[in-house]
Amino acid sequence: MVVAVAAAAASSTRLTCALLPRQGWLHGIQEPTPGLQWTNKKRCCTRKAGPTITAKLELKPPPYPLNALEPHMSQETLEYHWGKHHRGYVDNLNKQIIGTELDEMPLEDIIIATYNKGDILPPFNNAAQIWNHDFFWESMKPGGGGKPFGELLQLIERDFGSFEKFVEEFRSAASTQFGSGWAWLAYKANRLDVGNAENPRPSDEDKKLVVVKSPNAVNPLLWDYSPLLTIDVWEHAYYLDFQIRRPDYISTFMEKLVSWEAVSSRLEIAKAQATEREEEEKRKKEEKEVGISDNEAVEMYVDSKSDDSEAE
Amino acid sequence: MALRSVSRKSLCLGLAVGQVRGLQSFSLPELPYDYGALEPVISKEIMQLHHLKHHQTYITNYNKALEQLDEALAKADSPSIVQLQSAIKFNGGGHINHSIFWKNLTPVREGGGEPPKASLGWAIDTQFGSLEVLIQRVNAEGAALQGSGWVWLALDKELKKLSIQTTANQDPLVTKGSALVPLFGIDVWEHAYYLQYKNVKADYLKNIWKVINWKYASEVYEKEIP
Repeated sequence: MVVAVAAAAASSTRLTCALLPRQGWLHGIQEPTPGLQWTNKKRCCTRKAGPTITAKLELKPPPYPLNALEPHMSQETLEYHWGKHHRGYVDNLNKQIIGTELDEMPLEDIIIATYNKGDILPPFNNAAQIWNHDFFWESMKPGGGGKPFGELLQLIERDFGSFEKFVEEFRSAASTQFGSGWAWLAYKANRLDVGNAENPRPSDEDKKLVVVKSPNAVNPLLWDYSPLLTIDVWEHAYYLDFQIRRPDYISTFMEKLVSWEAVSSRLEIAKAQATEREEEEKRKKEEKEVGISDNEAVEMYVDSKSDDSEAE
Repeated sequence: MALRSVSRKSLCLGLAVGQVRGLQSFSLPELPYDYGALEPVISKEIMQLHHLKHHQTYITNYNKALEQLDEALAKADSPSIVQLQSAIKFNGGGHINHSIFWKNLTPVREGGGEPPKASLGWAIDTQFGSLEVLIQRVNAEGAALQGSGWVWLALDKELKKLSIQTTANQDPLVTKGSALVPLFGIDVWEHAYYLQYKNVKADYLKNIWKVINWKYASEVYEKEIP
């Protein structure tokens, strides 16, 4: 994700005043109230000295030229899909979040926050679709397809039985996602998200590869999975090249476009993150237990060495 | 107990039931105009794909799901009965919605785009202020719809009120309210416009009013509110 930091002169861009009261996306306010803010803005902006820094998401290009996936995915498709649809999501999100507390958050945080546990807020669709499309372009490469290798192949064979069975499941998910959406290969670490339940005995068996499908802009980040591969099955992704023939599009994607290198490196990162998170949680647990006995010790010192304890 | 009576019924009626159910095989309704008749608003290519491929596929899959449902019912196979519901909803809904859609459109030379008069025209003016306002609102709903779905001008036949509704994917209008009758629907799935309008859904929505069949909408309205 590329987040460009742009310095905006206070006088020229009346819409990006940093002293503007933050619109509360996360507090249920969904539309700005321009009347009120215009007057506040004018006053605070003319008095302000120096530039305002606002974060602005930029449209990231695919890691190959727009014609590089021909003939499997046409240049025309890339021109519209990336140049219009993906660009539109970026432009629209920027308009929605400017001047709000979402403005300087990383994209993944914006996605989780605006998903709002299912009670979706307006910026969600744009934010998630930006992420999804970045991830999609990077899931493909010119001369792609073939088979995965190394540890990725091992895990696929372990969790699906065989590479062919995985392909079947992935194709089925992609074809049966009714309406618009995505199909994914994801790495599922041992997370349980039931209220504040924790998996008390995390084991390596809980960590596995899964195929999932999602509607519209939803993606597996919301379920705390690590996405490894995706295919866009919104009609705009394949209609110019395949029209109604979604199964043919899916086959072409699997046989000619998938970048298994990208999937492998994402798997490595996902595994490392899962391990890191487990260690972090173990550490926190230990700290909690140690912290209790520490507090008792401090209390004992307060009476005899009051100066020292204050310094701490 | 219920299980036993179902299987006894199936034994008695056996083939007869299967044959009766077999007659409920759905088929593609004819388009009431030529494929090119809605040009330049909707291209011939889109109409052909939309009618002969998309709608036909919904019907084929709907029939298949119903056949499977028939078998599952005969065996009292509840898991299958329940599991088939989504395929029935999706494909059956697709058949229902598209069957209505072809009647909602008509070539300009056959009155496409001619504003509604009589009771429907009056109801629109009363409830929305004007046809222009209705159009604006429908277009706004259509533009805001995320993913795939439909936008409808609905008549609540009990409250005798018009409203604008949207449904997701191929959900028919009744899923929004059992008293709702569709006066017309606009398909905003990408397949309905992409080859011609690409990502500019707003242009499709702006233009489709030139071929909306208000006469048919009025007939439906007057049937419910004579």
